[in-house]
Amino acid sequence: MSATPDQVLDCSGLACPMPILKTKKAIDDMEAGQVLQMISTDAGSTADVAAWTDRTGHALLEASEADGKYVFLIEKKG
Amino acid sequence: MATAKRLGIIAGHGTLDAAYPPLILATSAAALDMESAIFFTFYGLEIIKKGKADKLKVAPIANPAMPVPVPNIVGMLPGMTAVATGMMNNWMGKANVAKLSELLDMAVMSGVRLIGCQMTMDVMGIEREELLDEVEIGGAATFLNYVAEDGIALAF
Repeated sequence: MSATPDQVLDCSGLACPMPILKTKKAIDDMEAGQVLQMISTDAGSTADVAAWTDRTGHALLEASEADGKYVFLIEKKG
Repeated sequence: MATAKRLGIIAGHGTLDAAYPPLILATSAAALDMESAIFFTFYGLEIIKKGKADKLKVAPIANPAMPVPVPNIVGMLPGMTAVATGMMNNWMGKANVAKLSELLDMAVMSGVRLIGCQMTMDVMGIEREELLDEVEIGGAATFLNYVAEDGIALAF
């Protein structure tokens, strides 16, 4: 069972690097332990979100793709 | 927490296509909790002139990689720069790529240092007032000192 997001960020239609820039901004405004759901249509997001969480230390709980939509669940770490 | 690292980028070209990589990488670096700076030199200074970012052009001559190839003999005709630029802007718009002015705003907001090269400003007669207020002025030593501390340097 996946975590319930505290906030949803829809980046559909946006090209690189906007999904990552907006994800960073959204996470900065959240509390540690909260979960962000980010939705993107940029196929590069799968690699980029994983790279971003790897570098920033936030947890990528789930990544899925359906009908050209990429959905990520990211938990903010303290 | 990841180690803080720095990204220093040299932007030396003032065409629309050449302006994107420095701004995309610098803003992304900031999103990855890295510090970043762009050193604008020679024609790269065009990118940080007030009101200029969204008016940069694509060169139709000696540019065999255009998706619709333009022979040089055609590319040299008057108006072809505007045609090539219009095509590129159209493709960028369809792909929903952020405008250069938006990326510049994001860069400033995320703390990317924008450094204008004093020497090339002198060479090309560019005054401080022509550049965005957020730009700081420096030289080669400023850039090298910045990347010397745990930094990566890229040139475009």
